[in-house]
Order: sequence, then structure tokens, then C-alpha cells
Amino acid sequence: MSMDTKVHLTTTFSEPLLANNPISRQSLGICSALAVTVQLKTALVMGLALTFVLSFSNLTVSLLRHYIPRNIRMIVELSIIASLVILADEILRAFMYDVSKQLSVFVGLIITNCIVMGRAETFALGNAPLPAFLDGLGNGAGYGLVLALVALFRELLGSGKLLGWQVVPQGFYALGYENNGFMLLAPAAFIIIGLLVWLQNTIAGD
Amino acid sequence: MENLISIFLNSVFVGNILLAYFLGMCSFVAVSKTLNTSVGLGLAVVFVLTITTPANWLVYRYLLAPGALAWAGLPNADLSFLKFITFIAVIAAKVQIVEMVIDRYSPTLYSALGVFLPLIAVNCAILGTALFMVERHYNFAEALVFGIGSGVGWLLAIVSMSAIRQKMRYADVPKGLEGFGITMITTGLMAMGFMLFSGITL
Repeated sequence: MSMDTKVHLTTTFSEPLLANNPISRQSLGICSALAVTVQLKTALVMGLALTFVLSFSNLTVSLLRHYIPRNIRMIVELSIIASLVILADEILRAFMYDVSKQLSVFVGLIITNCIVMGRAETFALGNAPLPAFLDGLGNGAGYGLVLALVALFRELLGSGKLLGWQVVPQGFYALGYENNGFMLLAPAAFIIIGLLVWLQNTIAGD
Repeated sequence: MENLISIFLNSVFVGNILLAYFLGMCSFVAVSKTLNTSVGLGLAVVFVLTITTPANWLVYRYLLAPGALAWAGLPNADLSFLKFITFIAVIAAKVQIVEMVIDRYSPTLYSALGVFLPLIAVNCAILGTALFMVERHYNFAEALVFGIGSGVGWLLAIVSMSAIRQKMRYADVPKGLEGFGITMITTGLMAMGFMLFSGITL
């Protein structure tokens, strides 16, 4: 019995990481995802902010699930999410001001991120607090993973850096290597994510 | 006037809310499968953006911005941290009111748009436009034009995307790339096309 629940809890967390990834598999939450992937640092911070909001909104919704009247549940969920986003934004502005400036409106847009609303609706409303919290952590991490991967390619190929450090040796430039400026533009993000989905579908074999 | 035209053209083409800022992607991917529903949702987004952006401007200017409460005798109050929750509440309330008004006065339009209206409240393009308007310090007229322009840009993007997807049914897409993958890559190519407009200056 305890074995069973344990396995269940682990899969609740691990499934959204790859097999059922919110971005590449459920095509949710792409809205705010791509704009922050020009640099790895902003992508990681955005992933952390979303994981924070998602896990705690799942926890709160799950704790309140027997008290929320069905017909106003959307508004209740939105206000819980919006309050958590305000918290995340204030924390970022207090401790990581420069990153918060770069993320600009996209932290606020976590409110309308379909993943957060979607998990609250489909998972947190029908499950106990602990699985709901883990589901939030898992989906947040899965989202962060895709963001980090996209950002890795864009920052490495676009500006030759990772997390702000020069990675491509200067000698390469002397030999005629050039940064691919296209990677820093919006279309590159769409194309990289399309290719990542292709890769994942091919490996998964369906 | 020239300034307004330039904001409009910029928000439709160069700074397209979907192709340059990635906002409203979820419903874009889900709905662009058929042309008719895309047109319906696109028009609904234009409509909602046209009424919510100026409303949010007024709320921000007279209630939330630093020093905005001077008229109430509180010149030092700064409620701008409440903008997220206030904007989303204004948007949700407006969408609800619009839904009721349309239902009462134009049942045909209601049945055409009905399904999409509630979805729009959580469309990131709407909240994103409101937040961009604050960040770029637009005045009232600029905010109104920016709202309409963003809506038209989104409409243009989703309608052209669904047209491409209808054609693509006859194309031989590699296995594994079908569906979401190819949609993303096509959107990327479209975004590249739209970037060409950035050469146009007024």
C-alpha cells in the first residue's frame, strides 16, 4: 500500500519532466516561454519563478478544493495565481533586479500561462495537497528544462556565451567563425522548439 | 497623428504580439486548425483588446501608478505592484460583461463567438498588451491604438497560420514532426517573413 502511493508520487513528479512534458507534449505554456530564451540565465530564472508559482498554486487550490464553489472556481484560481505571481515578482525585483528588468512583462504573464491554470483545473482540483504540490514541481521543472535547452542553443550559437561567460574560444573567431545573429531573433526560438519536439517524438518512437 | 499611425503599424507588423513576443501561443496552436474558428477567435481578440486596453490604462493612471491617488489626497501612494491582479480582474470582468451583452442583443454573434469569449480572459496576448502599455508609458490615445493594433496583428497571424495549415494537410510531413512540431517551424518561417517589415519606417 505504502509502496503503491510512493510509486504514484514519484511518477507524479517525473512524468511531466519528459514523457508528458507540458511544452513539448501538451503544447501548453509556450506563450511566455520563448521570449526569455535569448540567454540561459533569464530562462533559468523564469523556470524557477514558474515552478514556484505552479507548485504553490497547486498546493493552495488543492487545500481549498472542497470549499471553492464550482461556478466561481476560475476567479478563485486566478486570484490565487495572481497573488503568487506578485510575490515572485517582488522577490525578483528585490534580489535580482537586473534579471527582473530583462524578464520585463513576462513574469507577470505567468498568470495567464496555460500550464498554471491547466494544472489547477485538471489536477489540483481533484487531488490531495501532496501529489498536487509534486505535480506542480514536476511540471515546473519540465517547463524549465525545455526553456533551458532552447536558451542553451540560442545563447551558445547566437553570442558564443553561456550564462554570460565566453565559451567559444577567441581563436575560433580568428579563424573566421562568426556568431549566428539569427539565433537571437524571435523566429529561431520557434524553429528550435519545433526541432526539439521532432527529436523527442523520434526518440520516443511514436 | 503620425506617431499613432507608426504605433499601429508597428504593433501589427514589426512588433507583432504573437510572432515577435510569442503571446497568445496556446490558443494559436489549438485553434489554428480550421479557418472559420480562427477568424472568429481573431475578431473576438481584436474586440476584447480594443475595450480592455483603454480601460486598463484608466485604472492604472488614476488608481495604481505612483502618485496616481493624488486626487484622493494620497500623493505618496504607489499601488503599481497590484497591477497584475487588477488587470486580470478588469479583463475577466470585461469579458464577462461583453459575453452577457452579446448574448442579450445579438444571439447570432454570440453563437459564433460564444465558445471563445471565456477562453480569451486567459489569453496571454490580452494581459501582455496591458503590461506592455504600462512599460512603454503610452498615453491614452496611444494605448487605444496599440490595443487595436495588437489585436489586428494577432488576427492576421492566426488567420494566415490556419490558411497554411489547411494547405499543409496535403503535404508529406516527416513522422514525428507532424502536429505541434511543424506548426512551430512554420510559425518560425512566418515570423521571419514578418521581420522584413522592420525595414519600413514612417
